[in-house]
Amino acid sequence: MIFKSSRVFALVTFAALILIPSLIVVLGSFKTDAEVYNKPLSLPENWNFDNYRRLLSDSDLDVSFRNSIFVTFASVLLTLIFASLASFAIARMITVSGKVLATLFAFGLAIPAQINLVPIYYIFRDLGLTNSFFGLILINVTTTLPISIFILTAFFREISRDMYEASEVDGASPLRIYRSIALPLSRPAMGATAIFLFVINWNDLLWPLLLIQESDKKTLPLAMLAYRGEYFVSFSMLFTAVMVASLPMIIMYLMMQRSFIAGLTAGAVKG
Amino acid sequence: MGSPALILFLAFYLYPALQNLQFATRRWDGITEPENVGFRNFTNLLTNDDLFYKTLGNNLEFTFLVVIFQTALALLFAVYLVKNSKTNIALRTLYFFPTILSSVSVGMIWLFLYDPNFGAINLFFTKAGLPSFALNWLGSESSALYAVAFTQVWFHTGQMMVVYIAGLQQIPKELYEAAEVDGASRWKQFTKITWPMAMPTTLVVMAYTTIQSFRAFDLIMVMTNSTAGPNNSTNIFSTLVYFTLFNELRLGYAAAQTIFMVVTMVLITWLQRKAFGKRYEK
Repeated sequence: MIFKSSRVFALVTFAALILIPSLIVVLGSFKTDAEVYNKPLSLPENWNFDNYRRLLSDSDLDVSFRNSIFVTFASVLLTLIFASLASFAIARMITVSGKVLATLFAFGLAIPAQINLVPIYYIFRDLGLTNSFFGLILINVTTTLPISIFILTAFFREISRDMYEASEVDGASPLRIYRSIALPLSRPAMGATAIFLFVINWNDLLWPLLLIQESDKKTLPLAMLAYRGEYFVSFSMLFTAVMVASLPMIIMYLMMQRSFIAGLTAGAVKG
Repeated sequence: MGSPALILFLAFYLYPALQNLQFATRRWDGITEPENVGFRNFTNLLTNDDLFYKTLGNNLEFTFLVVIFQTALALLFAVYLVKNSKTNIALRTLYFFPTILSSVSVGMIWLFLYDPNFGAINLFFTKAGLPSFALNWLGSESSALYAVAFTQVWFHTGQMMVVYIAGLQQIPKELYEAAEVDGASRWKQFTKITWPMAMPTTLVVMAYTTIQSFRAFDLIMVMTNSTAGPNNSTNIFSTLVYFTLFNELRLGYAAAQTIFMVVTMVLITWLQRKAFGKRYEK
């Protein structure tokens, strides 16, 4: 009895804690400020896209949106390529470098790259990599490599040895085995890792904040932080910005819940 | 084959990490000639910097609260939702949802909820006839850190719940069936089966939550107006390093701070293993 009623109480409370704020944001993006403040949960008096129009005309959020898409896609793609190559080398231990890599990346897992805030700022400034997408992508890829390699190595190890050996007998080069056996077989793992990387890169604030100052180079989270400064009193506009920034992730989440949860927890378990 | 990854890792992780050690022994604004000061940055931090101790205290309190509550809630919800029924799966999907949002978005949502004049929380308390509960959540020194900690737990509990569910589903059902036959209560089943069997997962969840709490940087930047709260009440290591670097232009000092940050992080994870790991090894 106690178990059942406490269960229902706890589950409903937490569900409400997530649903109510979400509703306030969705509805609020169609409301005026006065409506948001007085009746945060009521339906908008007039359903219209005024806030969205104003957001597009007043801010550079559309530019930041495009920047975020480019930086995120490039970072995810490069990380997947480099990480899967390295994981294959580690899983197969084809050379000594496999072992060296495994140890090094384990180190990278234990100590997050955030500790390198100061030297990265200095090095990137000297290399002229601040205010550059290339610089941002470079650091995104580097910081997400250890975790991606960790996830992918586990999957490459699961592919049966016979598969590899058979193709080695046929005289296939490691690169060929990687391309025609390991990659196709690990598609689910690559998908999960890709989603994990997508969310991390799309949402990241720290590296853009450190490296990007020019407004036409800003990514979405960074532009939103600046936008918050401008519109500190207008929560209906902030909600609209939150909607625009979150919508791509929400749509993807609704379409592929399973892979999302798998990807983001694979990252957690192994991180 | 691993060389592209290796090169990037050496150039932009390992090399900077080593350089950070060197930076920490300098006094430097990043522009003029650096001056070698030996260990003076470290001794200054430890003996002559009240803000550093305040930050350390904040960070420890924040991490402690978030780890305790996030782990406990994640485990509770995992126990409640472990069976793969339709409602349970729907609830898991909902609980997991905040994880996919950016910390900037989450920070903005809670900035509104906590707002002393317009926010939904104070509106709720006023309407419920409890105006004394309507506080200036983020604006007062006594509540700001707790308000951010609450948001952090709201943000990531669902993710850790899913990790726990994966762990709980590994526990053999026969154990519970046998306990049921013996007439063991639910609480007994939890303390004798679930808790010890889930210990490996608990260690993972706690370690991950710890690292995550050190990275609450984004939330704090958004929620407490880029100044780390009234009287630095929400300053944690990561924000301190950022402010030292950008507002004070003291690169060497900031580098020394990051070293303390790593040491604290490693110590906490080690203590968790020490405290819980033993029972798990038996």
